[in-house]
Amino acid sequence: MIFFTTILPSAITIAMVFLFGCTGETIMEKAGHLNLGLPGIMCFGTFGGCFGISLVMEIFKSNPDNASYILLILAGIIGASIFGALGGLIYAFLTVSLKCNQNVTGLALTTFGGGFADYLMTKVNSDYFSQASKIIRAHLEFGDSFFGIVGNIFLGQGLLVYVALILAIATSIVLKYTHVGLSLRSVGENPATADAAGINTTTYKYSAILIGSAIAGIGGVFYVMGFVGGTFENSATIQAFGWLALALVIFTVWKPDLAILGSIIFGILFLLPRYLVGISFITMKLLNLLPYIVTIIVLIVTSIIGKRSVQPPSSLGVSYFREER
Amino acid sequence: MKTIEKEPLFHVIKRSDVSIGKSFLFRAIAIILGLIFACLVLLVITGANPFVVIQQLFAGCFGTPRRFWTMFRKLSLLLLVGLALIPAFKMKFWNLGGNGQILMGALTTACCMHFLGNEGFPNWAIILIMIPSSILVSVIWAVIPAIFKAFFNTNESLFTLMLNYVAEGIVAVFLSGIFKSPTGSIGIISTGHLPAIGSSSFVGRNDLLSIIVAFVLLGIVFAYLRYAKHGYELEVVGESQNTARYIGINVKGVVIRTMVLSGVICGIVGILLAGSINHSISTATPENMGFTAIMVAWLAKFNPLSMVATAFIITFFSRGMAQVQKYYEITNDSATYIFLGIIYFFIIGVEFFISYRVVFKDCKFIRWCNKVNKSISKAFAPVGVFFTNLKNKIIKVFVKEGK
Repeated sequence: MIFFTTILPSAITIAMVFLFGCTGETIMEKAGHLNLGLPGIMCFGTFGGCFGISLVMEIFKSNPDNASYILLILAGIIGASIFGALGGLIYAFLTVSLKCNQNVTGLALTTFGGGFADYLMTKVNSDYFSQASKIIRAHLEFGDSFFGIVGNIFLGQGLLVYVALILAIATSIVLKYTHVGLSLRSVGENPATADAAGINTTTYKYSAILIGSAIAGIGGVFYVMGFVGGTFENSATIQAFGWLALALVIFTVWKPDLAILGSIIFGILFLLPRYLVGISFITMKLLNLLPYIVTIIVLIVTSIIGKRSVQPPSSLGVSYFREER
Repeated sequence: MKTIEKEPLFHVIKRSDVSIGKSFLFRAIAIILGLIFACLVLLVITGANPFVVIQQLFAGCFGTPRRFWTMFRKLSLLLLVGLALIPAFKMKFWNLGGNGQILMGALTTACCMHFLGNEGFPNWAIILIMIPSSILVSVIWAVIPAIFKAFFNTNESLFTLMLNYVAEGIVAVFLSGIFKSPTGSIGIISTGHLPAIGSSSFVGRNDLLSIIVAFVLLGIVFAYLRYAKHGYELEVVGESQNTARYIGINVKGVVIRTMVLSGVICGIVGILLAGSINHSISTATPENMGFTAIMVAWLAKFNPLSMVATAFIITFFSRGMAQVQKYYEITNDSATYIFLGIIYFFIIGVEFFISYRVVFKDCKFIRWCNKVNKSISKAFAPVGVFFTNLKNKIIKVFVKEGK
């Protein structure tokens, strides 16, 4: 019973950090760009969103408990997506225009993003963050009155949770059923063929990376504002979520709709050690390993099955130069 | 309707080959531009005086003998990890798991030091046991993804990336559960230290071993890649697996064999870190060198000799920035990462201008630029000749050693 009343709701909340990151990364990977800068981009987003929220809180300084809900959410989303996309722009410029190695660029971006967030977050006015977080985390009003526990779990979340769910579902529909999605997938599978078919690969890659980074950026600010309650410890915690989100992309075989389920599983695995009573420290540490091990198993199993639909995009990680071969 | 094809403002063509002098010049320009830009960013965000920053960068690396030896040791370790990665990278096997492989080696070493020391083994016996066992564990850690890559074509970059975190978790389990340390560090282990080299008054006595090991392995890996049949085979596998199969190379064998080599070198790094430098273990023991070395290896174009230079540049900036932070009393490492990140972006970006040429639409300005460009390349031709000669000399030395 504790599982349904306590663990599952907060697992769903934490799952959205993974889901934002995973949806963003999936879009980028579908365009053929393995972005190891995801942890860095989430740090960028954390700073951007917190900066936006601090600006809004500045307006409501006299009465921080009654700050405008919509303004805070908008400031968080817009700030995080702008800064996330800025990080993505650095990555896109280096890997798409300058055709640099994606792994190396991504790792450099992660290094930079971590330092960037660590430094600038000390400069952001975080006085009213706990109030801001409280407002952002507020349940939607209709949530609790419906269906008892079910309502509590599925309708009792903050607005940002539904933003994440909608983004994931929308991404999956766009990728699966629309012309744009088909073109994007073809760019990731075989950019030369896509180029020959008249698809502007550069535009697709740039837009995919920018949109993906913007979405991933929201994940960073969601962790600070939506889960931990307005405190930013250091960039390493955010980066840990970034790496787990990368793992989640593999775990859900590049499908954002599956990622909703996957992220909740990751959320449960992530939180379980905190709620299990009487387990030893070792068991707790071992349980922390589970998300990675599960991901590795999925990676192995999908490669053994070898079905096309569960494989990574064929040109993942390869920068495309039109005149080569 | 008539469509008029407008000539684009510029287009990009691949350079067939670049002279060493020119590529050296490009990289030097990139580093200087990156340094200027990074200093400007620091000036804007922290108000640090750029000239003081540059002075402190040098002071941090060469200011005292202690700092010099630390810098040199970090350079050697980074070089070692780079050496572990390049054979795999040449094979287009993206081993992102350097951190995990080092960590597993270091963990085994720490276990041997701790437990065998408690059992009362003499130092030499501990060392004799810990070296092969640490290398073995590292090799196992490196070979697991290689086996799956060879047989099922499992994506190795994601696999090795995940294994880093599994390794970190295992170390956390050992620290909290087996070494019984709730704080997450076990402190200095007193037994099983690798020997220090030199008299007790010599400041670099704990660093020299790593430096020697790095330069010996540099020679070995260089020779392995250039003169051994193995080195040739892994390059063919990297270029085209079909070609490799056609000329009778056992692709699966080569993949696994190369990752064994990676594991061996990462294991050695782990032994040095736990046995000779830290005498301890924590999840942060590899200092993220597995990732930094990817940068080092790639910037050197997977050439072991150029890697000495790239490892030096990166170590120089990170050690120097540590000093800058101390000077300006910045408590967390943020400034270092911002600074390093900017420098990385510049040295990564310049690779484009080395391997591609941007051709602009014909106009007066461009013609003038070309003229300037030509005179600059003429002026720098001697630099190129110098480096070509230097390279040939170095190669000759190694060939003699090999014979």
